[in-house]
Amino acid sequence: MNTTVRSIPDRLRSPFEQRLKSWESLLLLVAIAIFVANSFASPYFLNAWNLSDATFNFTEKAMIAFAMALLIISGEIDLSVAAIIALASTAMGAAVQMGVGTPGLVFIGLSVGLLCGAFNGILVTGMGLPSIVVTIGTMSLFRGISFIVLGDQAYGGYPASFSYFGQGYVWWVISFEFVLFAIIAVIYAVLLRKANFGRAVYAIGNNPTGAMFSGIRVQRVKFILFLLTGLMSGIAAVCLTARLGSTRPSIATGWELEIVTMVVLGGVSILGGSGTIVGVVIAAFVMGLVTFGLGLLNVPGIVMSIVIGGLLIGVIALPRLWTMWRSR
Amino acid sequence: MLKRLITSREALLVGAIGLLLILISTRFSGFAAPSNLANVFNDTSPLILLAIGQMIVILTKCIDLSVAANLALTGMVVSMVNVAMPGLPIIFIVAIAIGLGALLGMFNGILVWKLQIPPIVVTLGTMTIFRGIIFLLSDGKWVNSHEMSPAFKAFPRAEILGLPVLSWIAIFAVIVFGIVMTRTTLGRAFYAAGGNPHAATYAGINVGKTQFWAFTISGALAGLTGYLWVSRFAVAYVDIASGFELDVVAACVIGGVSIMGGIGTVAGALLGALFLGIIKNALPVVDISPFWQLAISGGAIIIAVILNAQANRKKGRIILKQAEQAS
Repeated sequence: MNTTVRSIPDRLRSPFEQRLKSWESLLLLVAIAIFVANSFASPYFLNAWNLSDATFNFTEKAMIAFAMALLIISGEIDLSVAAIIALASTAMGAAVQMGVGTPGLVFIGLSVGLLCGAFNGILVTGMGLPSIVVTIGTMSLFRGISFIVLGDQAYGGYPASFSYFGQGYVWWVISFEFVLFAIIAVIYAVLLRKANFGRAVYAIGNNPTGAMFSGIRVQRVKFILFLLTGLMSGIAAVCLTARLGSTRPSIATGWELEIVTMVVLGGVSILGGSGTIVGVVIAAFVMGLVTFGLGLLNVPGIVMSIVIGGLLIGVIALPRLWTMWRSR
Repeated sequence: MLKRLITSREALLVGAIGLLLILISTRFSGFAAPSNLANVFNDTSPLILLAIGQMIVILTKCIDLSVAANLALTGMVVSMVNVAMPGLPIIFIVAIAIGLGALLGMFNGILVWKLQIPPIVVTLGTMTIFRGIIFLLSDGKWVNSHEMSPAFKAFPRAEILGLPVLSWIAIFAVIVFGIVMTRTTLGRAFYAAGGNPHAATYAGINVGKTQFWAFTISGALAGLTGYLWVSRFAVAYVDIASGFELDVVAACVIGGVSIMGGIGTVAGALLGALFLGIIKNALPVVDISPFWQLAISGGAIIIAVILNAQANRKKGRIILKQAEQAS
C-alpha cells in the first residue's frame, strides 16, 4: 500500500546539520514555544509546584509510550495498554481488600501487567495473528474483566505507604514518578540505541524477512516487546492507582490513544522501522505542557482531546503536505 | 458446491447462532419466539448498518475507528436542526444525516488517499476530534426527548408490515450492499484493492480512491445510523454510542472479515452483528450482569480472529511464512 522510494544522496549531510534539521529539534522548538506561550498566557504557569504538577499529566503515559515506541518500531501495536492498567489496578484493589501490604500490591500490579503482555504476545507471535485486532479484542477483554469484578463499585483503602508511588516527592518538587520516568527513559534510550536488542527492533521494523535471515529471532523479540509493554502498563497502573487512591473499571479510559499519539508525535514511524526515545520524551513534554496550559486557561478536557487528535493527524499530515507542495 | 456451502463461514455462523438460541431457550423459552427475535433484530439494526460500512473499509485493508463518533456527531447535529426547525420534513433530516456522515467519512478518506496517512492513525484522531466537536456544538448539554418533534422521534418506530422502519432500513441496506459488493465494478474493486493492491493497480483500479469511497460509504451509513439512534432513544449527548466502534469491528471479525483485507461478505457482517446482538439481548434474560458484555465481546473477537487465521492458513500460499513459524 505504501511503497516508499529510498534514494541514496550523493553527499551525506554533516552530523551537525543532520541533528539540526531532525524531527527532534523541531519538536524541541515547539516545546519551547509552548512553554513561552504558556508563561505569557497564565501568571500561574511559572511556579515550581505548578510545573511539578504538570509532569503528572504525562509521566505515567510516557512510561508506557517508551515500550510502545519499541513495539511500533518493530511494526506491531498494542491498543490494550489502558485496559491492562484497569485490570492491574482492579487486581491490586482486590488484594487490598484481602489485607495485602504495599510490596505485595506492587508485585501483583507488575505481574498482572506482565501476564497481560504475555497473553497478547502469545496470540500475536505464537499464533501469527495481526496485533491490531488481537489488542482490540484484549482491550475489551481486560477491561471487561474489570467491569465483571467491580461493576459500578470502586476499590479504595490503599495503605498510606502505597501512595508514595503516586504522590511522593524525592526531593523538593521532584516527584517520585518524575524520577521513575527519567530512569526508564534512560534505560529505553540505551536499550534501543546501544544494545543488540534495540538494533534488532529496528531491523525487524524495516524488513522482517531480512531480519529473520540475519539470524534475528523475530518472534521472540516481538514477544519480549509485548512483555515489556505489559510490564510498563503494570508500572503505570501502580503509579496511577497510588496517585488516585482508588480503582474504578473506567480508570485510564482512552489512554491508548494518547500514548499512541505521544509515540507518533515523537517521530516514530507508525509503519515501523524508525524513531527515537529522545523524540518520545520531548513529545511527552509537549503534550503535558499543552494539556496543562489549556487546563490553566480553563479549557475543558474534551476540547483538549480535539487538540490531541489534531496533533496526531497534523504532525503526520503537515510534513507530507510540505513535501507534496515542494515537489510540485 | 453443496459441500462448500455447508463448510462456509456463513453456514458455520448460522449454526453457532442456532446453537446459541437453543442454549438461551433452555433457560428462557420465550426468547426464540418470532416476536422477540424481531425485537432483537430491531435492536441490532444500528450495529448491522455500521458493520456493513466497516466491512467495506476493512476489505480495502483499512479500519474506521471513528464510526461511533461520527454517529454521535451526526446525531447531535440533526437533533439540533430538529430543535431549531421542528417543521422540517423527516426526509430532509435523513438527507442531512447521510450527507454529513458521508462528509465526515470523506475527511477520513482524503487523509488516507491523498496524504497516505495510516487509517488507524487517521481514525483514532478523527474519533476524538468528532467527539470534541459535539461538545463545542452542544456546550455539553443534552438534547432531550421533549425538545424533539414527534415526527422526528416517530420515524424509526413507524411500522410497515409489522416491522419497524429501523429494521426495514437494515434489511434494505443488507440487500443493496449485497448486490453492490457482488454485482458492481465498485464492489469488486473493494475486494481487489484489499486482496492484492499491486495487482489491482495494474488492473487499472485506483487503490487510494477505492479506499476513499469505502470511508465515504462507512461515513454515510454511520450518519444515517446517527439519526436513527438519537430518534430511537430520544436523546442526544456527547457520549452516545461511546466505544461502539469496538462492537462494530468485533461484528466484522466474528463475521469472517479478514483484517488483512480482501476477504468478507455482507452476509458475514450481518451474521456477526446478529451474534453479538443476540448475546447482548440474552444476558439480562438469563440473569447475567450486563457488565459481562464487554468481556464477552472481547473474548468473541479473539476466538473469531483465531478461527479466521486457521481457516486462511490451510491454503498455505506463502512458503516463507511457514519457515518462519518452524524456526
